[in-house]
Amino acid sequence: MEKFQTLRSGVVPLPIENVDTDQIIPARFLKATTREGFGSNLFADWRYTADGQPKPDFVLNDARYQGHQILLAGKNFGCGSSREHAAWALYDAGFRVVVSSYFADIFRGNALNTGLLPLQASDEVLQGLFAVVAQDPQAALTVDLQAQTLTVPDWTEAIHFELDPYKKECLINGYDDIDFLISQEAAITAFEQQQSWVF
Amino acid sequence: MAKTLFDKIWDAHVVREVAGGLTVFYIDRHLIHEVTSPQAFDELTARGLTLRRPGQIVATADHNVPTRHQDQPIQDPLSRSQVDKLTENCARFGVELYGLGHQYQGIVHVIGPELGITQPGLTMVCGDSHTSTHGAFGTIAFGIGTSQVTQVMASQCLLLDKPKRMRITLDGALRPGVTAKDLILYMISQLGTGGATGYFVEYAGSAIRGLSMEGRMTVCNMSIEMGARGGLIAPDATTFDYLAGRRFAPQGENWDRAVAYWQTLYSDEDAVFDAELQFDASAIQPMITYGTNPGMGIPLAANIPVLNGGSEATSFDKSLRYMGFQPGESLLGKEINYVFIGSCTNSRIEDLRTVAAYVRGKQKAAHVEAIIVPGSKQVEQQAIAEGLDKVLAEAGFELREPGCSACLAMNDDKIPAGAYCVSTSNRNFEGRQGPGARTLLASPLVAAITAVEGRLVDITQYLN
Repeated sequence: MEKFQTLRSGVVPLPIENVDTDQIIPARFLKATTREGFGSNLFADWRYTADGQPKPDFVLNDARYQGHQILLAGKNFGCGSSREHAAWALYDAGFRVVVSSYFADIFRGNALNTGLLPLQASDEVLQGLFAVVAQDPQAALTVDLQAQTLTVPDWTEAIHFELDPYKKECLINGYDDIDFLISQEAAITAFEQQQSWVF
Repeated sequence: MAKTLFDKIWDAHVVREVAGGLTVFYIDRHLIHEVTSPQAFDELTARGLTLRRPGQIVATADHNVPTRHQDQPIQDPLSRSQVDKLTENCARFGVELYGLGHQYQGIVHVIGPELGITQPGLTMVCGDSHTSTHGAFGTIAFGIGTSQVTQVMASQCLLLDKPKRMRITLDGALRPGVTAKDLILYMISQLGTGGATGYFVEYAGSAIRGLSMEGRMTVCNMSIEMGARGGLIAPDATTFDYLAGRRFAPQGENWDRAVAYWQTLYSDEDAVFDAELQFDASAIQPMITYGTNPGMGIPLAANIPVLNGGSEATSFDKSLRYMGFQPGESLLGKEINYVFIGSCTNSRIEDLRTVAAYVRGKQKAAHVEAIIVPGSKQVEQQAIAEGLDKVLAEAGFELREPGCSACLAMNDDKIPAGAYCVSTSNRNFEGRQGPGARTLLASPLVAAITAVEGRLVDITQYLN
């Protein structure tokens, strides 16, 4: 996993609520057996017509937002399927942060395991951010993971966001859970020896 | 101290607590399938790791498989390569595989319970969000991403923060035509798709107690559709009767010891939940969804709501535009072209019996394509043994071979763009059943009646 420390980037606004993982990456694209290459099919059915042409009214096809690495989305982002491919697709398409007022549980975990930061803001902040981007599509936000702050142009105070301290360390250092879990070998073996509920 | 059912099982599986409130949490059973496992096996290999407990993993091929001619090679090269990769990985790593052609093959959440792999008090995971299904047995079961699949493969553990506990109590006798599917669609319509995010939900009350195991699985299956990590129902005589004699259920003395333990798995009377909800089950009517998330459900005979502004308005309008519906209109009389009976929500023998009992001696409407995809080879064989295949065929329904099929349309079973499908599956997301497909979620009974009538009707008028 790549390290994440700070990011200054423009935003791609997607003011839709309950964006499900079938929209992020439709099931028919899940047939690959590697992690790479899902980015070109990110939001495939919103982004392309049936014959593969870009739909001009979808935000990812809007020239003003090209290259922006922060996705700003309505509440309950990532609901539905457990497919980690959704987080891989966002990452592969260049996104490093998704801002929403809350995330579906499995998506949040998958994002963190992919090196994609799910940044949870209040509903009020989220609506404020949509307004900022509507006014200036090039507005650049700064995410400082160590400080757990989101800085917005013309806002007097940076926004604080919550993140599990362990997960924060993992992102900053590019670690994942496997190394940690393997280091717990002795405790896991001891635990297995006293199991009493498997018959 | 008084404990909830969830706490009892959770606490028994804590290997250790680590700094920051996270838990090293032990997983007893791991189910895998072809879509979310290949990258996990590759990651293991890349790190020079191996499976810690291959005997605690069971594999099947379900998401990608065709539902016709399963005895022949899979035509789609990508699907075939994914299924082949699963076969190779299972052989290489020593995992039991119930692949295509095996007598136990089927949808991962159907075969776990019917083989007795799913048992009360266990922890189970699978790289699939509908792993919540297994909670019907009083099991902590939840879906995980592929990175977590790798973690469980390597360590038999996950690093988790403990979810909050919610209890939903449903008391009251069910009205005629109301089934487990209607109960869960109703609950999701009340909570919304994110209403239980962060929670594990225990379902309780007389209406839940009165359900068969198949019905309980339908309820727990769709817990994820209200955002819950999982659902749980305390095991009881219904659970034990279902499990007795199953292939991997405890036998002999072990069975008696198991039942004695399982009988301790309930929420203590004074246990405290983080959230409690109560619903009157006798007021619930046959349900259907009209929109593009499972929370957009209404009684079949009611009108689509009218929304007055708010942050949801954009999403609501987009959803109705996709479905071709208007706010405030009734769904009754809408012509339906496809009926899909299947998926890990409703593809068990009881579901097939419900459909067969209604359509016996009737004919599906000429313009409807009605397919039934059993959840497993065992369900298929049972249906044939009971003669349900003939009843269904005579009514014009096509009984296919087992798999996930048109629930997520990874195989050839797709609904065409713009067409309406009444589906017993779990998600009505845009494009879920094929690009442009319009899905209305409902019970197997509603699906059967719709297939015969060829349009949406108030089913309460059609019951004996």
